[in-house]
Amino acid sequence: MTDVQAILEKVTTKYGKQRSALMPALQAIVKEKNYLSDEDIVAVAKTFDLSTAEVYGTATFYTFLDTVPRGKYVIRVCKTISCHMSGKDEIIEALQNTLKIKVGETTVDKKFSLLTANCMGWCHKGPVMLVNDDVYPELTPQKAIEIIQSYQQK
Amino acid sequence: MENKLKKVDLIFCKTCQDDIEVVRKALQRNPDEIINEIIDSGLKGRGGAGFPTGLKWKFARAQQSDIKYVVCNADEGEPGTFKDREILDVVLTTVLAGMAIFAYCIGAKEGYIYLRAEYNFMLNKLNATVEEFNKKLKDLGLSFEIQIRSGAGAYVCGEESALFESIEGKRGEPRNKPPFPTVVGLFGKPTVINNVETFVYTAMINHLGAARFKELGTQDSRGSKVFSISGDTPKAGIYELELGMTVEDFVKEFGDGDTKAVQVGGASGHCVPRKKFENTIIGFEGIPTGGSMMLFNSSRSMYNVLKDYLEFFTEESCGQCTPCRVGCQQLLKGIEAVKRGERPASYLEELKKLAQSMRIAAKCGLGQSVANPFISIVDNFKEEIIY
Ligand SMILES: Cc1cc2nc3c(=O)[nH]c(=O)nc-3n(C[C@H](O)[C@H](O)[C@H](O)COP(=O)(O)O)c2cc1C
Ligand code: SF4
Ligand code: FES
Repeated sequence: MTDVQAILEKVTTKYGKQRSALMPALQAIVKEKNYLSDEDIVAVAKTFDLSTAEVYGTATFYTFLDTVPRGKYVIRVCKTISCHMSGKDEIIEALQNTLKIKVGETTVDKKFSLLTANCMGWCHKGPVMLVNDDVYPELTPQKAIEIIQSYQQK
Repeated sequence: MENKLKKVDLIFCKTCQDDIEVVRKALQRNPDEIINEIIDSGLKGRGGAGFPTGLKWKFARAQQSDIKYVVCNADEGEPGTFKDREILDVVLTTVLAGMAIFAYCIGAKEGYIYLRAEYNFMLNKLNATVEEFNKKLKDLGLSFEIQIRSGAGAYVCGEESALFESIEGKRGEPRNKPPFPTVVGLFGKPTVINNVETFVYTAMINHLGAARFKELGTQDSRGSKVFSISGDTPKAGIYELELGMTVEDFVKEFGDGDTKAVQVGGASGHCVPRKKFENTIIGFEGIPTGGSMMLFNSSRSMYNVLKDYLEFFTEESCGQCTPCRVGCQQLLKGIEAVKRGERPASYLEELKKLAQSMRIAAKCGLGQSVANPFISIVDNFKEEIIY
């Protein structure tokens, strides 16, 4: 696992140490480590000379900046209206059965977390899900399962 | 009957193929002349609110400040909107040209594109194009550099002042207005923020002239607009259409033959029932829209649609002001209680009053616009809400 100091060093070299570099820093940590641990928050606060409360308060505002442990692959299924109409419930059901977890949970091997999210900008091609940054539109339950299986082998 | 709906191909046809050339020509013009042409074109913002773009630019130019910013709003979070992603994907350099021309007009040195996290998969490609474009601007002698910042999954960050807060590294909580962004914007400096699509039209007007743009649309809604069409339609997708059509024209082209309602403008927009299709204009004189058009056929329960929207707002409310934080929850609980028969049908009138108060008392556009879907759906589909 990448050391948080190394990540912060990279971010501050590019964006500096003023507060406007905070989001890129938090995003970079989540990208590498899947979530922000308490230790990470403390490290970030030190780097930017902010209180931990400020950093934590900022992070928790954003859905994609997780502060609870997440799996290596975070699955987010769109649950908003168009995807609702085109069958997101079946997709979620199929994923829950395949991964043997419920929405909001992480598999024991820490590989997958299953979450829902609001409209992702693919309403004409729903249902849709994100796996980390990658997007998968026009899903069927079968397709969704196959996609997850391909990640299982990674 | 003849269909009055007119498809247009301005945005994606790459009329400004050589975007850097468009910028180069603009640099030879007087900034006031450029801004006046945008004002003359009648272009209004394509992000939803529809503020006249030229005026916004004029205000920002008038501000005395060494530092000014140009921001492109690519947060595209309104349910049912997906056109900005396509525009960024296909004609990014035209967006950048629009930003650069504007930077020249007001004397801005830095520009930001705020991209929603859900579009991070495009980031590498976009960054490469932006970098290349920055170099070309430098070669032209224009000192203006654009960078991309990512969001992190918060709809409210599409609101302009919340977006500034987010770039500044804070919670994305909207600020009080006034002061408006053209006076106090990003990092407290005069800032112009426009939607992705708006920047493309400004580059195009600069290139083709205001007259070409004015040929299209109506007195109040000049030009064409890119629409994101989804729901019960055989033709879901992205279309550029001339403004000023009626919902009837629209449904004839995109409906599935059984359309009972169209939600114009996304979750925060208005629901138009079949009996009003004929007399409702899609545009600033009727129902303005950031481009989201969702069609519902008679198999859909409008109760479920409204409930879905209210859940969306309840989750996405930043919680900063009470009318919105509590109001969204109460509206949702309220219709659920009416549905279960725990409250009489007349309770819906109380809820409508609550929505009206939110329109006045909420701090930002999120809370203020919940009344749009709420009242238009409750008024037109009361039976579906109650039974
Ligand atoms: C809750 C909320 C979300 C918004 N989301 C967006 C958005 O995703 N994209 C956008 O361009 N404008 C959005 N807006 C409107 C912006 O505040 C702003 O008016 C717009 O970016 C101005 O650009 P324009 O004049 O070119 O439309 C949102 C407004 C509110 C209140
Ligand atoms: S209206 Fe809602 S989203 Fe806007 S500031 Fe108030 S609580 Fe936040
Ligand atoms: S509703 Fe699912 S992507 Fe828009």
